[in-house]
Amino acid sequence: MTPPRRQRRTPAPAPEPPPPEPAEGGREKNPERLYVVAGPGEDGARAAVDLVTLIVARAEPPPSASPEQAALLRLCSAPLSAAELSAYLNLPFSAITVLITELLTAELVQARAPIVRQAVPDRSLLEAVMHGLQRL
Amino acid sequence: MDFNGSDTLPGPRTEDQLPHTAQAAAKIVIVGGFGVGKTTMVGSVSEIRPLTTEETMTQAGIGIDDNYGSESKTATTVAMDFGRISITDQLVLYLFGTPGQQRFWFLWNGLFEGALGAVVLVDTRRLEVSFDVMGRLEERGVPFVVAINSFPDAPRYPIAELRRALDLSADIPMVECDVRRRASSRDVLLTLVRFLHSLALTGSAG
Ligand SMILES: Nc1nc2c(ncn2[C@@H]2O[C@H](COP(=O)(O)OP(=O)(O)OP(=O)(O)O)[C@@H](O)[C@H]2O)c(=O)[nH]1
Ligand SMILES: [Mg+2]
Repeated sequence: MTPPRRQRRTPAPAPEPPPPEPAEGGREKNPERLYVVAGPGEDGARAAVDLVTLIVARAEPPPSASPEQAALLRLCSAPLSAAELSAYLNLPFSAITVLITELLTAELVQARAPIVRQAVPDRSLLEAVMHGLQRL
Repeated sequence: MDFNGSDTLPGPRTEDQLPHTAQAAAKIVIVGGFGVGKTTMVGSVSEIRPLTTEETMTQAGIGIDDNYGSESKTATTVAMDFGRISITDQLVLYLFGTPGQQRFWFLWNGLFEGALGAVVLVDTRRLEVSFDVMGRLEERGVPFVVAINSFPDAPRYPIAELRRALDLSADIPMVECDVRRRASSRDVLLTLVRFLHSLALTGSAG
């Protein structure tokens, strides 16, 4: 018995996708392009919050804070990723990024940028991850 | 949801809080077709009880998406399981497992672009359910390893034969695993990170 064989989607895999085109009013053939993340905040600010951006509160919730903002601030008295905030507050990720952006603007939270894949991988980082996993 | 009443607010258990020294986090994605063991793998290596985050994708353009749902359906929810491993006091690793329709995962901004790499889980009873995601990772230049999750009644093929079937070049690591076991899942992650490290040594782009 032989396993089924994979057919490559394209003859030669493209190294990197082209820069994203505007999603609005798309008439593109790619069905994926018909979908975008729902909700407000289609701007650069939201894109700056990654799933694993670590958020830390800088202050107690002020009286002016909305209930959602106050709840988020209480959660991140210790650093917490945006993904964890989304899970604990039971809010979609885009809603969390809007909240975080508001709190960043009000200087009530600090954001610690994620480590993202580099064109040339960071060897010392990967070595640290290896050693950490070996200790598990 | 009621956000008042701080006593009842959900949140991490005290022992699950990250130290204030936590400076930055990285992510690895665990992908593969329906039922291959993604959630099990996230759960077996995570230091926290696995959590779920979700995002709603709405239909933006005109035209009918004949692959998804009925004509009236214009939104879909993409949910991801995730877990966490503290690497050092400064560095945290998150693992994201992506269920559901694979094409939607790639709309999640930054998930694949920013990930250090991916683990593709395959089940030899249904190899083909992981074909689509491999093509997408290749197109986007996301480095990955392939982990064969050994289900008891699954056919066993020599790795070389699986490599041919999956049309993978010799440098892409393939390992067998039982993702229910923490040590086995950890070894899969180590295989990925060693592979990424080897790419750094050869100077290949990620
Ligand atoms: N025997 C065996 N069973 C496994 C293994 N890994 C997962 N399972 C079982 O297979 C089933 C599916 O595993 P999940 O982890 O839910 O798979 P998944 O990829 O998250 O599935 P979806 O999210 O539905 O796509 C569960 O009942 C697991 O207990 C394995 O290594 N060996
Ligand atoms: Mg699952």
